[in-house]
Amino acid sequence: MSSSTRPVALAVRGLTKRFDRPAVDALDLTIYGGEFYSLLGPNGAGKTTTLRMVAGLLRPDSGSIVIDGIDALVDPVSAKRITAWVSDEPMIYDKLTPFEYLEFVAGLWGIDAATAQARAEDLIGWLGLAPHAHERCEAFSKGMRQKVALAGALVHDPKLIILDEPLTGLDAGSARQVKNVLIERVRAGGTVIMTTHILEVAERMADRIGVIAGGRLIAEGTLDELRRQTGKTATSLEDAFLTLVAEQAA
Amino acid sequence: MSASQTLAFLAGHEFRLGWRDWVSLLTAGRRTRLRTAVIGVIAFVAVMHLIAYTLVARYAASGVYPDKPTLVMVTGTMLLSWSLLLSQAMESVTREFYARSDLDLILTSPVSPRAIFSVRIGRIAVSVTVVAMLLGAPFIDMLAFFGGAQWLAAYCVVAAMGAAAAAFAVAITVALFRLIGAKRTRLIAQIVAAVIGAAFVIGLQVAAILSYGNLSRLAPLRSEWLIAHAPDLGNAMWWPARAVLGDLLALVAVAAAAFGLLGVSIAIFSRRFGDHALAAAGISQTVVRQRRWSRGFRRASPHRVLRRKEWTLLRRDPWLMSQTLMQILYLLPPALMLWQSFREGIGASVVLVPVMVMAAGQLAGGLAWLSISGEDAPDLVASAPVTARRVLWAKIEAVLGAIALTFGPLILALAFASPWSAAMAGSGILIATASATSIQLFFRVQARRSHFRRRQTSSRLATLAEAFSSITWAAAAGLAAAGTWFAVIPALIALGILGGARAVSPPPK
Repeated sequence: MSSSTRPVALAVRGLTKRFDRPAVDALDLTIYGGEFYSLLGPNGAGKTTTLRMVAGLLRPDSGSIVIDGIDALVDPVSAKRITAWVSDEPMIYDKLTPFEYLEFVAGLWGIDAATAQARAEDLIGWLGLAPHAHERCEAFSKGMRQKVALAGALVHDPKLIILDEPLTGLDAGSARQVKNVLIERVRAGGTVIMTTHILEVAERMADRIGVIAGGRLIAEGTLDELRRQTGKTATSLEDAFLTLVAEQAA
Repeated sequence: MSASQTLAFLAGHEFRLGWRDWVSLLTAGRRTRLRTAVIGVIAFVAVMHLIAYTLVARYAASGVYPDKPTLVMVTGTMLLSWSLLLSQAMESVTREFYARSDLDLILTSPVSPRAIFSVRIGRIAVSVTVVAMLLGAPFIDMLAFFGGAQWLAAYCVVAAMGAAAAAFAVAITVALFRLIGAKRTRLIAQIVAAVIGAAFVIGLQVAAILSYGNLSRLAPLRSEWLIAHAPDLGNAMWWPARAVLGDLLALVAVAAAAFGLLGVSIAIFSRRFGDHALAAAGISQTVVRQRRWSRGFRRASPHRVLRRKEWTLLRRDPWLMSQTLMQILYLLPPALMLWQSFREGIGASVVLVPVMVMAAGQLAGGLAWLSISGEDAPDLVASAPVTARRVLWAKIEAVLGAIALTFGPLILALAFASPWSAAMAGSGILIATASATSIQLFFRVQARRSHFRRRQTSSRLATLAEAFSSITWAAAAGLAAAGTWFAVIPALIALGILGGARAVSPPPK
């Protein structure tokens, strides 16, 4: 399906946010339904600020955010209903078990109890959390906590999943499980936007990659398109990324 | 580096950390507030001296002699203060065991753990003493100014009390570690600390209620029976009181005993302190299994799941429970008084109303902080399809529910003795709770629940406003229960405090 005929899952126009300096500067971004989009950029480029605004955690100074046709700034509750946010710091409660956590998240999103329970059992199984499903999260490792947070993000079956460095600190096995679950979501028609510093992950998983620097989108496309933009067709994503960022800085 | 150089280096490090902790406590972590904090400290010291002047100046000027009633009163007051110092020292020792921030670093360094923990036990003694000095200094100054320089000996006695409190606190906590293990000690030591802190005060109140039918803590110390049965004037039990009154020999004996005790405590326990600290660090890895999940997910609104979450988290966190226990402990004397009043038909129920309202306001402040500011997954809740207003209401309802559960039975019991007093207590509790919650709302700062102890540092103003709001609503409810229109005056002051807090609170982000 060509880009022009695919439904738009996320449309960001002229998104701007200033702190002491512009963090995000008139950013335009379009992500299509069923797409795995990876947002790359150096530290302080504005990736997290952009995603936090899309998730409704930060109010932009100007611009618009439309998620699956819903204006997220006008009707944030409806937009949040179809969105999930996962950050590098797992958002879980130490004193709850994974099942209790998923029950809480399902309740917050107003999901029918029976449906939520069935999904929770599936997710707990997929993510290898079944042996720990009734243990409090306080003794969990970083990887297990991140998997619980991911299960929480998926239990309400979101159309758009926003992930900010979800693989930070995970061991190879946990990272593989998280990646598999995300790929499955995309295959099932979900949309994923993810920031990562692990360029190999973006290279392997993303349908399209956006490179952001100084709060602006400086390059976007498939891996081949990015290579062409740098004029080096046989290069790796890492080389292409570093070339693009260096050009922007110059 | 020689052993003495190592000790000096470590002591310097601890002193620097301790000093920065104090500055951070006073400035809420912002260096720009340092000048304001200094002005605040000066104002506080001045006000405390004024209060001390009104309380003790006349007493000191008329001359104080070491007769039996005086020694009983001074010893009782010292025991009262020492129980609070011991409670605070136990808190510090427990925190030392369970705070992991630099344990890995120091225990992997080539410095003897014994040296490190000797210095740390010493630091606990110093910090406990500094707090006691800060609170006691205005009274000692006024006594010395109006009664003579011999009263300055009380400063040495305060230092000795701090040293003895640290020594006992280490001994009790290490004994708990050996008896019940690292996991249970955290909870038990916190509860014991709270109980010790409150026990003596509550004990005196209970004695006062049973003997005299009032809540005054000092009433039993003036009792003729106690004075008649107290040991002779030559007994060593009176040495601490004699030392306070300026007896040099007693002062030397008390100081030698207290600092000797601290030295023995350091010599015995610093060797094992590192092992216990490591054992405590390991308990976070302990797996806690909940009962088998068999009932399945329950259908509930976002409102309800938020409320349920708050209650579950509070119920499952014994440390937080013990932190709030102190306020509930203070309800024991009023409960006893209520029972006494009901049994004997004494019309003392009016006295209970302000105590209950005050306790409710303080408890609500802590619970409101946990619920509103102490959210461990703020992004999760903020990214949920629920308006911020609904989230907030659910959290406020969680606070109100917990307060209703705590105070409901007392109000019900009071209703049997005096329906009017019960109505005033109920109204006062509701209003004081709403006020404390509002103040927490005005000054909310996102923090982890584990930072509960440091909540006061986020805003001195919030802490003061919360305390004065509870006091004024308690006064209003008490006066209303007594049937006087003067209740309007503290109520108006309370509203003014609330309005002032709102006006000076930071704008919402």
